[in-house]
Amino acid sequence: MVRCFFNSKWWLAKVIFEKMKISLSKIILLTSIIFIVVTFFLALNKDTKYNTKDLVGKEIGEFEIKFLLKDEIFTKNNLIGNEYYLINIWASWCFPCKIEHPLLMRLSNLNNIKLIGINYKDKKLNANNFLKKLGNPYDILLEDKSGTNSVIFSVFGVPESILINDKKMIIKKFIGPINEADYQFIKGKINEK
Amino acid sequence: MLSNTGNLLIAASTLSTLLIIHSTYRSLKSKDYSITKNLVYLNLFQITFIISSFFLLILSFVVSDFSLLSVYQNSHTSKPIFYKISGVWGNHEGSLLLWVNIMIIFSYLFFTLNRDTEKKFRLYTLLIQNILIAGFMVFLLLDSNPFAKIIPIPNEGLGLNPILQDPALAIHPPLLYVGFVGSSIYFSAAIGAILSNINGKNFASSVKFWVLISWLFQSLGIIVGSIWAYYELGWGGFWFWDPVENASLIPWFCMTALLHSVLVLEKRNYLYNWVLILSLITFISSVTGTFLVRSGILNSVHTFASDPSRGLYILIFLTLMIIFSLVIFLKKRFNDKFFVQPVSKETFILTNNWFMMFYLATVFIGTVYPIFTQVLYDVKISVGPPFYNAVIGPIIIPFLIIMALGPKISWIKHNFKSFKGIIIILILSSLINFLIFYFFKSYNLISNLIIISSLFLIISSFKDFFNTDVKKNYINIPNLIYHLGFGTLILFIILNHNFSEEFDFNIKVGETKKIENVEIKFLNLNLEKRENYDALVGNFDIFDNKRNFKKRLNPEIRVYDKPETLTFETAINTNLKHDLYLTMSNLEGSDFFNVKYQIKPFMLLIWFAAFLTASGGLLRLFLRR
Repeated sequence: MVRCFFNSKWWLAKVIFEKMKISLSKIILLTSIIFIVVTFFLALNKDTKYNTKDLVGKEIGEFEIKFLLKDEIFTKNNLIGNEYYLINIWASWCFPCKIEHPLLMRLSNLNNIKLIGINYKDKKLNANNFLKKLGNPYDILLEDKSGTNSVIFSVFGVPESILINDKKMIIKKFIGPINEADYQFIKGKINEK
Repeated sequence: MLSNTGNLLIAASTLSTLLIIHSTYRSLKSKDYSITKNLVYLNLFQITFIISSFFLLILSFVVSDFSLLSVYQNSHTSKPIFYKISGVWGNHEGSLLLWVNIMIIFSYLFFTLNRDTEKKFRLYTLLIQNILIAGFMVFLLLDSNPFAKIIPIPNEGLGLNPILQDPALAIHPPLLYVGFVGSSIYFSAAIGAILSNINGKNFASSVKFWVLISWLFQSLGIIVGSIWAYYELGWGGFWFWDPVENASLIPWFCMTALLHSVLVLEKRNYLYNWVLILSLITFISSVTGTFLVRSGILNSVHTFASDPSRGLYILIFLTLMIIFSLVIFLKKRFNDKFFVQPVSKETFILTNNWFMMFYLATVFIGTVYPIFTQVLYDVKISVGPPFYNAVIGPIIIPFLIIMALGPKISWIKHNFKSFKGIIIILILSSLINFLIFYFFKSYNLISNLIIISSLFLIISSFKDFFNTDVKKNYINIPNLIYHLGFGTLILFIILNHNFSEEFDFNIKVGETKKIENVEIKFLNLNLEKRENYDALVGNFDIFDNKRNFKKRLNPEIRVYDKPETLTFETAINTNLKHDLYLTMSNLEGSDFFNVKYQIKPFMLLIWFAAFLTASGGLLRLFLRR
């Protein structure tokens, strides 16, 4: 009975389609064109400039990244303890990274914060020399040779840093080298706790 | 003064466009299909008015008439005359005027040169083309008038973006425009063909020339654009898979496909519907590309003053264009039944079309995907070279092989007499690849296969070239040149990709850096005053112990004051074997300069191969029967 009902309904649809000479392929074609046009229309009024506002207050995404110096993997679950983390994306070839380096060294001396360095699209040898020469501020040192892992943190250049709290929430994202004001901001945040 | 005259000319041209529409419509409705003297005159008026308005705009740029908004915004009295002229199309309003000019010139030429074809077809084509022209005219008048006035009249202009003050970029827009705006004529002709029910063969032969012209200019425009990107942007590459480049590449794929399938239609009267679809989507994709880069949806160097209302207009126009052409096509398309032998020229040409459609789909998806993620999920992503290399790279291999075999396959049915020749060439190209691999540097499997297949294409083109009886079928020579050029292009691009070297470091004046086998000495820095900018010229000495040469390179940092900008000029030392490519940029607040030194093999040969491919089109124009 139920089946018959459905059949009759399909039959009706079929008749309508045949009467109006509408084929399935035409409908698909038409819907995809409408879909594309509507998306283009909506995109017209979107702001295409990059901003970090949306990131703040969100939990950091899942990640699995290899250590730079050993064959182990660091994941989101390894972020333990009541500590703040500063994820810093850097490379030996990036000059502004050298500028922010002394501030990272000062940050590494503070309690309550751990620095995670992600070495971005770099050669291991150069990265090592960089840290040997200038000092290693990082508690955890990871490697992103292809640049694909940093996508999780919405990175689009080096250096960039992301401050996350003990609940793995993003507090702020710093684009470009960290300056004195940023240092004071971070210091203030971790002392609030 | 100039502004009023300009407005008048554009208005007159718009009026003649509307009158042409009216008069062709009348002629079509009365079913006598007569081409009256009036219509011929109207066409003549239309083209005269629009060309004079364009020259008037050039004149106002040359004499720096700042009462015109577009001159004020894009020119300056101290600019060299060459860049004053190129400033005309270096902005949205002027380039739209150029756009309309090309549409009208093509409309006029198509109308006057195709005297032998059916009158009904000519009239329909003229009607559709003029409806398109009217659409862009309205856009020009309402929203982007190049002759808009500014009051009070400023004394001095704002100047042209320094990055556009470059010979290659001065000729790049007109070339590209002739290419993709020119494709409007076969869009109109396709609809005209459907409405007038013209025979497939006649359609193909009337449209073939225009496809070839637009293909040629599109190719040249793309090449010139990428040469510019190579030496001006200082990145060291020549193709970035940037949305703008993709927007020019998508119509190029359509044109290439059309260039091939139109031959089948002309020779065999097959694939009529398919050729019509291709003709339609070439112009549709051109307008889509224009919409994407002009509306500011995608960020790029071609986003002139980004203005959503302009984007909206183009989008509405585009939608109407797609819907109308689709409805007409689906309602009245031809009954196209054919059968092709699996091994025949027809099949090989169809294969070319499949590949082109695959590339087109890939590039289109890569280009619009970020827009979709942004609108649907509010996620900003960008699709870069890894995607295109991964998807397109492997598919190049069979494409090259088929390209090598295609030209020597005969129409209707081909019998392979022996595979000996093919196998010998295959072995030969694998051997050459192995030698490169063994003696120079190893590279991955895909690169190996691409090199083998491109060598296969090059060698078989050469073999065919010497085997063909030149007198008997001279028409094949352009074919071989296209294919030979394309094969060499791919070969050198892959070699360049695998053998490039790059050194990036910071250096002070007087310092010497030694990396691997290269020693770079920063001798000194000079300040020079030039016509419209100041230049900081660096002197670098390069010693290469491995390759055994010593070269002097002089990169520049240019300081323009109208408008205030810094540009970084690359120092390039070119020879047949490799380009030495050096850029220098200052680091704020320090004595150090960031220097990027690259060794890019075979750059000159890449350009040569690209021009060789395009010259196939030129040769065919001259060798037409």
